[in-house]
Formats: sequence, structure tokens, C-alpha cells
Amino acid sequence: MIALLLRDLKLAVRAGGGFGLALAFFLIVVVLVPFAVGPNTSRLAPIAAGVLWIGALLACLLSLDRMLALDHEDGTLDLLATAPIPLEGVVLVKACAHWLTTGLPLTLVAAPLGVLLNLPQPGYGWLVLSLACGTPALSMIGAFGAALTVGLKRGGLLLSLLVLPLYVPTLIFGAEVARRGAEGLETQVPLLLSCAITLGVLAAMPFAAAAALRINLR
Amino acid sequence: MLSVTDLTCARGGVPVTEGVSFRLDAGEALVLRGPNGIGKTTLLRVIAGLAPPLAGEVEGAEGIAYAGHADGIKAQLSVTENLRFWAAAFGTTDISPALDAFNLRELAHRMAGTLSAGQKRRLGLARLLVTGRPVWVLDEPTVSLDTASVALFADAVRAHLASGGAALIATHIDLGLEARVLELAPFKAKPATRASDFDEAFL
Repeated sequence: MIALLLRDLKLAVRAGGGFGLALAFFLIVVVLVPFAVGPNTSRLAPIAAGVLWIGALLACLLSLDRMLALDHEDGTLDLLATAPIPLEGVVLVKACAHWLTTGLPLTLVAAPLGVLLNLPQPGYGWLVLSLACGTPALSMIGAFGAALTVGLKRGGLLLSLLVLPLYVPTLIFGAEVARRGAEGLETQVPLLLSCAITLGVLAAMPFAAAAALRINLR
Repeated sequence: MLSVTDLTCARGGVPVTEGVSFRLDAGEALVLRGPNGIGKTTLLRVIAGLAPPLAGEVEGAEGIAYAGHADGIKAQLSVTENLRFWAAAFGTTDISPALDAFNLRELAHRMAGTLSAGQKRRLGLARLLVTGRPVWVLDEPTVSLDTASVALFADAVRAHLASGGAALIATHIDLGLEARVLELAPFKAKPATRASDFDEAFL
């Protein structure tokens, strides 16, 4: 399983691997928002946390269809299914590699990008914390969606439609942590709920995704 | 090592072959033959455990190394990296016998994406050696191989059989192996009216 994780990370950073796509998209969204709503800092400050969260979520969504589709095309998934690694483990590792190459970099650049949106000063720590707690769930739910649509040609659209509703709770509580944090309010309840969602997703989704994958490999 | 009893396989919910039975012991090879569309690939996928059988049993599936039409090679990784990954996935470490057996030494540091179709195929077949699994289940292994490479492959299969392995091969060319031949055409499933299985189409 470690070999699979290392291979996925290596593939992501090599040419054509798609690493940086999510970061570039996130950067573009955050840079464009002030142009669209106006540079007025008093208008940007209240929406900064929400915009950063939406940007991170959409950037995460962008790379999901590559997670399993490429391995399906070149036959790797068939061979992995006959290898002594359980499919649940394969899916978990895939989601983990996706988070390390997408969710983690997004979390790390969110704070510098917050400056562009005039995020209030107390909000930076909470923004990074909320993304760190929420993005693993995005990757794991995404792995489930990718497993559901793996055999389909041009499954990307269907994948987005399936996954977006499942992203909503994570978005609501994650953005709520960042927003309340920025306004200097109590953040414990949304933060705990956000963590609970992530833990629940990490516990249940590998099994759901592996079951979907088994059906799609038939 | 591998025993198949009364196996019925379906593709897309429609049975294609039924009542297939055979045994494969250590040191034996079995060649599957049959016209296109008879269900060779489907049968092999069921035996490898990738698809569930409609009826019948497969014993010994845990010792199978499967090689299908696609080789599972990553273009952005080198030949060595590809083999090392599969070795690690199957819990082995030594890849040099595989490199030697399929004459991949000179290509060891090339990116797999720059290999020709035949060289990729050789890499895909070399993967079988690093799995350390006793039963090889191969679906058209000689596609895009030249005659010299086919001979390399036949030698590799012979060495595998001599070391107590077994092989089940779907192929149309003569590999020069001493192998039993199983003709699939007589096992073709009879067309049946399946009005009751409406739900099956959606599963």
C-alpha cells in the first residue's frame, strides 16, 4: 500500500500528472473575485472565508476524475484487484494520495491567498484549520464518486453531479468555522461537526467505494 | 492448483459459456481456443476473480497472476519503476530475473511511455515474474510481439512450468509448448429467454 501511495505521488508530480492544476485554479478564482465584486475591502472581508472555501472545493473537484479513470484505462485497476491488497485499501490510498497532492497544498496556500480577499486577521488560523479538517473528506467522497463512474466514458460531469451534494455538509461547516473565526466568534461546534463528518466519511467511504469499484470492474 | 467446475460466465448479464470444467496441476499448461466473441476473456476474468460466475466454482483463485489486454503500465514511470511497483504490490522485491527473462535490461531506465507496443507487452509479461504467483492466467499474451519475443515468452512459460507453476493461456498462435488444448466453442451457452431477469440488467 505504501508502494501504491509513493507511485501515485510520483505520477502526480511527473510531467502530465496534473499536480498544480488545482492550485492554479484556486489562484485564478481567488484573484478574479475582487475584479468581479469590486476591490472595496469592506465588501470583500465578509465574503472572503466563503469564497476561499468554494474555491478550494471546486479546485478539489477538478482533479477527481483522474483519480481512478487513468488506472482503469491502462488496466492497472484490474491488476490491482487481483493483487493481495484489498480494494478498500486501494481506494483509501488513492484518496490519501489525492489529498496529499490537492487538499494539502490548497490548505497551505489558502492563508496567503486570504490576503488578496482581505480576510480579517483573526480568520487565518481558523481558515487553515477548517480546510485541514475538511479537505480529507472532499478527497474521500471524491474517491467514492470516482469509483462509481470509473467505467464510463466522459464520466466527469456525472461525477461532479454525484459528488457535489455530498460535499455540501463539509462546505457548510468548514466555511462556518472560517467565517465565525474571522468574525471572532465561537467556532467549536462547527469545527467539531466538520471533524465528525470527515471521520465518518473516512470510516465508511472506503467500503462503499470498493463495492462500487467491484461492480464496475465486472 | 486451479480447479474449475461447471463454470457459467456471463457478459453484460447474458450467459456466454456454460459448463466449463477443467483441472490444472503443477507443471501443466492449458491453452484456450475459440473464435472471437466466444467468451475467452470473460472466462479468464471470472477465473481471475474480477467478475462473479453465474454458476459453478473456481478453486485456487488466490494463486493467480492475471494479465489481460491492458498491461497496467504507467507511461511516466521507467521500466524499472513499473516493475518495482508491481513487485511491491505483490510483496516481492527481486525484479532482475524478470528483466533478464524478457530482455529488458537495455530498456531498464527508459520511460515506459517511449517504448514500442511490443516492448510494452514484454514489460507487461515481465510483471508476471515479479508477482511470484504460481498460476498464470494470460489473455492473448503474444499480441504485438515479434517472433523472437514470442520465443522469449514461450521460454519464460516453460521455465515457470518447470519450477512447479501452471499456466492458462488464451491464444491463437502455436507457442511450441506441450500443452493441452481446451476448445471453448462446444461450451457456448444456449440462447435462453430471460424475461424474468429484468432487474439483472440494472445490476
